[in-house]
Amino acid sequence: MRPFTYERATDLGQAVREASQTPGARFLAGGTNLLDLMKLEIERPQHLIDVSRLPLAGVEDADGGLRIGAMATNSQVAGDRRVREHYPVLTQAIVSGASGQLRNKATTGGNLLQRTRCPYFYDTTKPCNKRTPGAGCAALEGVSRETAILGASTACIAVHPSDMAVALVALGADVETQTPAGDTRRFPLMELHRLPGETPHIETHLIPGELITAVVLPPPPPGGQIYRKARDRASYATAHASIAIAGGQVALGGLAHKPWRAVTAEAALAAGASPTEAMTAELADASVGELNAFKVPLTTRLFAAAVQEISGEAA
Amino acid sequence: MLTTITVNGEARSLDLDPRTTLLDALREHLLLTGTKKGCDHGQCGACTVLVNGVRINACLSLAVAHDGDEVTTIEGLGTPEHLHPMQQAFLTHDAYQCGYCTPGQICSAVGMLREVEAGLPSHATRDVRADAVLDGEEIRERMSGNICRCSAYPQIVAAIAAVAEAES
Repeated sequence: MRPFTYERATDLGQAVREASQTPGARFLAGGTNLLDLMKLEIERPQHLIDVSRLPLAGVEDADGGLRIGAMATNSQVAGDRRVREHYPVLTQAIVSGASGQLRNKATTGGNLLQRTRCPYFYDTTKPCNKRTPGAGCAALEGVSRETAILGASTACIAVHPSDMAVALVALGADVETQTPAGDTRRFPLMELHRLPGETPHIETHLIPGELITAVVLPPPPPGGQIYRKARDRASYATAHASIAIAGGQVALGGLAHKPWRAVTAEAALAAGASPTEAMTAELADASVGELNAFKVPLTTRLFAAAVQEISGEAA
Repeated sequence: MLTTITVNGEARSLDLDPRTTLLDALREHLLLTGTKKGCDHGQCGACTVLVNGVRINACLSLAVAHDGDEVTTIEGLGTPEHLHPMQQAFLTHDAYQCGYCTPGQICSAVGMLREVEAGLPSHATRDVRADAVLDGEEIRERMSGNICRCSAYPQIVAAIAAVAEAES
């Protein structure tokens, strides 16, 4: 691990100001992803601002929904009685990711900002445009099934690994932030992450030093909710494909550089198409290679099964 | 950087390089070598300890970030004369072979049972609205962050189930 200096933030405004003014500064929350990458020297911060003890860990009722503090741990959110009762898709998504120990440490904000698990991002002997912009992408010609089929570019075919974020996108969540200038911003989570384009190293629309302070859930949508995930192992593995359904809203995981809101499938389903037809329409423009082509039928079948399961519960 | 952590009930002050993980602070600075280093990347669970009663991977946590926290390691759970029920159950059920993963398995299992008691669902919980019933499937899912290279899994599940049953 490269040397760095460490400080524990006690004031939100001061933390974001310092983060924007100190060269090489990064926020540290749960650290489960950042420290892993620092050990591999993929992340090389010069200064860590530990925000884990800022008073941002509460889960509060808000306008018929919930306001989840950015420092609330994954376990805390998944186990919250209100989340289990009114947003079961969120609990299901969180507990389908990582391990018990990691979920106890990982935070809501950190989960959204975790880096890709693309094996070529982790392999420092291979070029990666995320690690070194302009270096090239070894995954393009590489041996991996864990690559994107939606929204990818010739610079990057990595996928976003979060399960939680997929459920939050289906639920229509907003993100709340604090900017270095001291302003509070609020915008749809769907607009947090970027597609890779030519700059895959820039993964979100956050400005330097801006800190996620909360995720805000609207009132639960009418209709059933479900999270379904397909992966290589029964537990503790990222998704080849995952699906979150919340009422009429559908989001997909494991397929793109960001949690993917499936608006085409939603519209088709609402217009009376079968789940298979709806997902086939959503994935009509999918760009696949030999190794990840399986994600198209996998996602389509996973969606059909998930819709059937919700219908069964409603009946 | 001066850091004070209460380890197994005793306040310990250390002057640490900020890069020191909680795992290395325990093993290299406090010489509590019961907690093991396996993968050092949060994948194997050998480093599992309880921080403020909650199980975490000590390898993915900076010691300086735990200033003021209470850490329990395998050495603090029980003693050779007075074993923790989970330690005794691992002996009774022969829940290990080489033993390297065992401290992490035991700390993880102790933390896991508290999570069940607190109502935390898992991926194996059919209805996340209802409280989980701790069967073998639930134990396996909840312990998936602890790898046993000798594959003593059936005995590990039996040991944990026995403690859970005795506690209920």
